[in-house]
Amino acid sequence: MSTTEKTAASGIGPIEGDGELAYSVDNPAPYIEAPRQRTKKTPKSTRGNFEMAAWLFMRLSGIVLVVLVIGHLLIQLVLDGGVSKIGFAFVAGRWASPFWQTWDLAMLWLAMLHGANGLRTVINDYAERPNTRLWLKGLLYTATVFTILLGTLVIFTFDPNIR
Amino acid sequence: MPAGTLYRGREGMWSWVAHRVTGVLIFFFLFVHVLDTALVRVSPEAYDEVVATYKTPIVALLEYGLVAAILFHALNGLRVIAVDFWSKGPRYQKQMLWTVVGVWVVLMVGALYPILGHAVREVLGS
Ligand code: HEM
Repeated sequence: MSTTEKTAASGIGPIEGDGELAYSVDNPAPYIEAPRQRTKKTPKSTRGNFEMAAWLFMRLSGIVLVVLVIGHLLIQLVLDGGVSKIGFAFVAGRWASPFWQTWDLAMLWLAMLHGANGLRTVINDYAERPNTRLWLKGLLYTATVFTILLGTLVIFTFDPNIR
Repeated sequence: MPAGTLYRGREGMWSWVAHRVTGVLIFFFLFVHVLDTALVRVSPEAYDEVVATYKTPIVALLEYGLVAAILFHALNGLRVIAVDFWSKGPRYQKQMLWTVVGVWVVLMVGALYPILGHAVREVLGS
């Protein structure tokens, strides 16, 4: 369905369902056309697409995180004796391999950015005073940058012979 | 209470609430988890000492709860993605939620022994 081609006087589209009841109490989420479709007369947006990129990032990173995080939980908590086997020696064994270093690095970055962007949404939803929003987001971004940098540093500078 | 909030939510709203709560919870845990792992740069002893607390029965219970939160968020996240990208997604959102809950229950039962087994043995002293 192309929304950009429309020149109809009304920018309001129909809802899906060909006349039959497309939704009910048990199924309350019909597909609804965008309330204002873009027509040839719609002015070009002067804003960037940051929010759309963020929305897409949540979904793409989510799919990758399913594999990384569930794999991580299996290795650390389920296989090979579960949590009991974890210790410095176990970490040293895994980070000797570039594969697991890359795995953990990707998981760190994706989970932190995904979680931070999620929290940004939560702050936007609940913190109403501009000052509160500013401070909460400042705190969030500071903690996020700090954690990502610290975790990255630890993975890259890990020394199995520290002692 | 604002007037006119007749919408009491059904599966769709409550799954959104659970998705949000679990997401925030996981994020806070991740922050702490990067800090404790960073102790491998201090000394093997410092690291092994915190990990020892992760092996106690009470923390094992918390781990089980964390796994519950992560698995729900992951499975429901895939459902959200399906609702957004699959043309029939919105129509089947409810069925997909119950599928998510079903898979989640199965996985949580499967995780019982691996995550809590050692804690139970320790409490019972065997
Ligand atoms: C394991 C795989 C994961 C999947 C499939 C997933 C999926 C998603 C999706 C699709 C959203 C967007 C929901 C929306 O826009 O309505 C979301 C939101 C969120 N996620 Fe995840 N996620 C995963 C892991 C994580 C992790 C590891 C964290 C924490 C570090 C996290 C924290 C959050 C937060 C805080 C939100 C915002 C919740 C909201 O706005 O209500 N997620 N997740």
